[in-house]
Amino acid sequence: MQLTGPNGSGKTSLLRILCGLLAPAEGKVCWQGADIRSLGEDYYTAVSYLGHRPGIKDELSALENLRISNALNGIEVSKAAASDALVRMGLKGRESLPARFLSEGQRRRAGLARLLLCNTRLWLLDEVLTSLDKSAVGLVRSLIEEHLNRGGIAIVATHQELELSAGVTKRLELTT
Amino acid sequence: MLRWIVWRDLMLAWRRRSDILSTVFFFVIVVSLFPLGIGPETQLLRSIAPGVVWVAALLASMLSLGRLFANDYQDGTLEQLLLTPQPLYLVVLGKVLAHWIIAEIPLVLIAPLVGVQFDLSRETLWILFVSLLLGTPVLSLIGSVGAALTLGLRGGGVLISILILPLYIPALIFGAGAVEASIIGISPAANIYLLGAFAIVSLIFSPFATAAALRISLE
Repeated sequence: MQLTGPNGSGKTSLLRILCGLLAPAEGKVCWQGADIRSLGEDYYTAVSYLGHRPGIKDELSALENLRISNALNGIEVSKAAASDALVRMGLKGRESLPARFLSEGQRRRAGLARLLLCNTRLWLLDEVLTSLDKSAVGLVRSLIEEHLNRGGIAIVATHQELELSAGVTKRLELTT
Repeated sequence: MLRWIVWRDLMLAWRRRSDILSTVFFFVIVVSLFPLGIGPETQLLRSIAPGVVWVAALLASMLSLGRLFANDYQDGTLEQLLLTPQPLYLVVLGKVLAHWIIAEIPLVLIAPLVGVQFDLSRETLWILFVSLLLGTPVLSLIGSVGAALTLGLRGGGVLISILILPLYIPALIFGAGAVEASIIGISPAANIYLLGAFAIVSLIFSPFATAAALRISLE
């Protein structure tokens, strides 16, 4: 599903409510029939959320960032698997560089590499295309398509057109 | 899981060693200013030593507490930590443990050394070390509640001191009291036990409070 709408229409708020960071003013969010408030940590084994900020530590290299964030999500990945993911995201040769030396787009790519290694069903992606170049946008598109083909769900807030080819995509347009 | 959080924070601290050093230097300088200001009156120095060293430790930990969650908050990794499939209690406990190792252990280790300036006996220096070893986890644990509450606020540094320093008072009284007792030659055991009890209570309850405060701050 693609979320669109002008600035301030509530795309980010909606995604933050969906991932449980924000409590809804009324109503509740359900995952497989159960309220996510009661599911607690179990819900997060099924969800990946990428926010405005890429969630990359400046002091750590892209490789360390990726391995640590995966380990904290309960998936311990080997060095080889992690650097494969980074190579696929176009960060070949930059894996061991501290992230503060990476450009904005490269940091975003490093953050997106997490999606390659997680096995969650629901992806909540907030403005992930910002500061990405054309080839990276294509990469993200193919990532989401693969995810959808595996039976996953992705809710993407974006200004740009995603033009996914796989399956049915819905659009939700928010207005102020 | 806990070890990954601790390891991550230790590695981050190692890459920014200057932060650790500034806390230690602050502690050493504050403690050293008193003997320099008061002069070589050993009797007076000995009687103010417990309070001075303990207060300096409290103030030094104020310096590092602001960074406990603020850096993670700014680059968005704190959000990610909240969304990991594990109890937030453990995440907080890991971060507090790392903070204790990074910011408090160096103070505990160097305290007997700076205590020499106050003409303390060897036994008293040993009690000073033990009281700080038991008391500094309290500083990290209770301090984490303040750090979480003031997250993202402007002027959070001052606010955290106002919020947290009053809560440190029991640790200060028992910690300094133990050293005091050792100086005047009575057993410091009672104070040490009470300090230990206070540490256990804060270990059980404060991570819950910090976790709740983090959820509020991130909304």
